[in-house]
Amino acid sequence: MAKTYNAGVKEYRETYWMPDYEPKDSDFLACFKLIPQDGVPREELAAAVAAESSTGTWTTVWTDLLTDLDYYKGRAYRIEDVPGDDTCFYAFIAYPIDLFEEGSVVSVMTSLVGNVFGFKALRACRLEDVRFPLAYVMTCGGPPNGIQVERDKMDKYGRPMLGCTIKPKLGLSAKNYGRAVYECLRGGLDFTKDDENVTSQPFMRWRDRFSFCQDAINKAEAETGERKGHYLNVTAGTPEEMYERAEYAKEIGAPIIMHDYLTGGFTANTGLANYCRKNGLLLHIHRAMHGVIDRNPHHGIHFRVLTKALRLSGGDHLHSGTVVGKLEGDREATLGWIDIMRDSFIPEDRSRGIMFDQDFGAMPGVIPVASGGIHVWHMPALVSIFGDDSVLQFGGGTLGHPWGNAAGAAANRVALEACVQARNEGKEIEKVGKEILTNAAKDSPELKIAMETWKEIKFEFDTVDKLDVKHK
Amino acid sequence: MSIQDYPSRVSDPKSRKAETFSYLPTMDAEQVKAQVQYIIDQGWNPAIEHSEPERAFDYFWYMWKLPMFGETSADAVLAEVDLCIKANPNNHVRLIGYDNFSQSQGANMLIKRGDM
Repeated sequence: MAKTYNAGVKEYRETYWMPDYEPKDSDFLACFKLIPQDGVPREELAAAVAAESSTGTWTTVWTDLLTDLDYYKGRAYRIEDVPGDDTCFYAFIAYPIDLFEEGSVVSVMTSLVGNVFGFKALRACRLEDVRFPLAYVMTCGGPPNGIQVERDKMDKYGRPMLGCTIKPKLGLSAKNYGRAVYECLRGGLDFTKDDENVTSQPFMRWRDRFSFCQDAINKAEAETGERKGHYLNVTAGTPEEMYERAEYAKEIGAPIIMHDYLTGGFTANTGLANYCRKNGLLLHIHRAMHGVIDRNPHHGIHFRVLTKALRLSGGDHLHSGTVVGKLEGDREATLGWIDIMRDSFIPEDRSRGIMFDQDFGAMPGVIPVASGGIHVWHMPALVSIFGDDSVLQFGGGTLGHPWGNAAGAAANRVALEACVQARNEGKEIEKVGKEILTNAAKDSPELKIAMETWKEIKFEFDTVDKLDVKHK
Repeated sequence: MSIQDYPSRVSDPKSRKAETFSYLPTMDAEQVKAQVQYIIDQGWNPAIEHSEPERAFDYFWYMWKLPMFGETSADAVLAEVDLCIKANPNNHVRLIGYDNFSQSQGANMLIKRGDM
């Protein structure tokens, strides 16, 4: 029998709270961490979030009856306490796959983290995790190349790759900048990187930078016999400008370009990933602005969601944090989103904050990039945390070497290879790290002096965004 | 310590590196064997390749026979390395561990440097 139209306001939970609902394999699942305003019941708030992030608005409208709203609606199907935090709770919501346009993480984000985050009945709201159904994953382009293709193109096997962000990040001329790149690459790094702030400023226009960096790569390759790259940042004010820069990078034979996916935006990122796939360029992804979005434990979007969105949108590298360096990152949580970058199937694991199984099927993986305040003393921990499929980036830890970039690069390369060798021999490298490095330094004056230079530098601050475990 | 020059030149073939482990001192027999054992323990397939040193930058080197699928003896792998070196005394020789699940190489290291 057809329903009749009753104008007015209904409680959200009458329609959107469905504790008996069994999520389907094709559903999107989301876990929100919610802090209600005083007096708002949990079920009502969870239902309100389900409504506002899917089909609902604040009042009944007659056009609701022209569609099968019971099919299209989001369903709040579970509520859980947050371990160690009584101010908030988890709401689990399922959405039918039809609500989202194929191949568009923009469409997904616009719903899941759209108006709902400004909803007055909420004091705070955080999107903790999203399960993208495999059927949807297969509509997305994903990483333009993937881990194996990058290894084959760059001819790097059996170890993490090494990088370095060129500093000072602003103010160098293109030729002086290229000099810094060349010195790093001839000393043994695989990649150097544009700082994210470097785009095309008056002191160094992009075309000059691209040309000099490519010359640095070519000479370093001839000198070392190894393949090299520099992440040429094409992030720009308009997509048209980005493609022009990418086109030039391709023309001069650059192997890899770079984009900032949050400030640039998901649409720009997906388009650039498609360009890279079509033109055989690797794509390095920086994450400026993520700290604004993901660091507050009660409000925003968790980085594991931003990681999934990037893997679907497309990128071959993504910054992951270092655990041990100068930037925030809980170890277990970081291990969680590293798995999300690289693995085909990531099981639910609450000890790492992963709320759902996630199946990426045949979608290629993204290489995590550890960057920020790391130096040779961190090498054993980094190799142990990140494993081979990673890029370890030492900016100050290369450029700050007393003898210059080439020596700094060589110090890092020797330290890395010594740790990999020891790991392969079955040693617990985090425990015997000092011994490994000290031993390797006997044959490398560059490493020896690097170890003396950075001996006492540590970044031991408490993590702000801890995992939700009983730590009271 | 005073500042040192970085001794690397395009004109000097000895400046050419060869990827993983080429920044470390040459490994002794026991150390090489430990790396072979690592490849075997990972369940990877050992393989040997060689190349004229001046063509080392090429993606494709010459295969020394087929990869040793299912080989579990490090000594057997090292015996093949010796045969390859004897047959190609002036060439670079490298050891590979093919990881057929990742469809990549889990390991790749130069074992013997050819004359340059």
